[in-house]
Amino acid sequence: MSHARVAFVTGLVFALGLGLAGMTDPANVLAFLDLAGAWDPRLMLVLGAATGLYLLAAPLVLRRGRPLLAARFALPTRRDLDARLLAGAAIFGVGWGLVGLCPGPALVDLAGGAPDIFLFVAAMFAGMHLFTRFDRRFPPAP
Amino acid sequence: MSLSPTFSAVLGGLLIGAAAVFMLATSGRIAGISGIVGGLVAPRRDDLDWRVTFFAGLLAGGLVLRVLSPGTLPEGLSASTPVVLAAGLLVGFGTRLGNGCTSGHGVCGLGRRSRRSLAATLVFMLTAFATVFVVRHLLGGAP
Repeated sequence: MSHARVAFVTGLVFALGLGLAGMTDPANVLAFLDLAGAWDPRLMLVLGAATGLYLLAAPLVLRRGRPLLAARFALPTRRDLDARLLAGAAIFGVGWGLVGLCPGPALVDLAGGAPDIFLFVAAMFAGMHLFTRFDRRFPPAP
Repeated sequence: MSLSPTFSAVLGGLLIGAAAVFMLATSGRIAGISGIVGGLVAPRRDDLDWRVTFFAGLLAGGLVLRVLSPGTLPEGLSASTPVVLAAGLLVGFGTRLGNGCTSGHGVCGLGRRSRRSLAATLVFMLTAFATVFVVRHLLGGAP
């Protein structure tokens, strides 16, 4: 299987998981984020199950030394907590809280054809493009 | 869906985790949506096809959901158009600046015990909780 096919299967299974978990519906996500309202803890279960599986399986995969289709693992190695990481996460959280959509569910939801979702995704890509320009103008300190 | 919400949440989470482990075991990459798709915005040569097929996989999964389980995908958002646009901009810019979103930092990062991902996840959870609190309980309703 090629990288491109692997990526297709990953995206497909990821989308089915999000849908089954109820996370493609922003109303469910907002119900999780609304601690002071009728709190819905399901997103915690979703994240717990996904992360738990990864936590158990990733060391077994990494022990093999190299992935099946590539020469080496391409994993982040940084450990420092810099301003970009924290500011970026803070900005993302505000956007996520405003409508209940993070990138994965937003892209899956395009298949539903709702105009709001197309607007959100267009704005999301515009935001990513803005970042590219920002990054060129203010490159990160070496 | 006839499964109980709790059961399907766990099963859905396991599918997400399995997809991420599959990508790690085969391509050796982190299954972070914002990083993979963000690479479509500033494309580099020889690094495009798998990002495109990943996106296509997400859409194909969405179509499967649409057919098998109508109601899984939203028919619209409760927020007004300017808020939807602002939220999209913030999510796009923030995830690229912070190197990840719920999948890359949340699932894969926490699953690799990365302290950067732990910090990022705590921060975006906190600002999301705070945003919903302000919108729903201080301003009173959908923005």
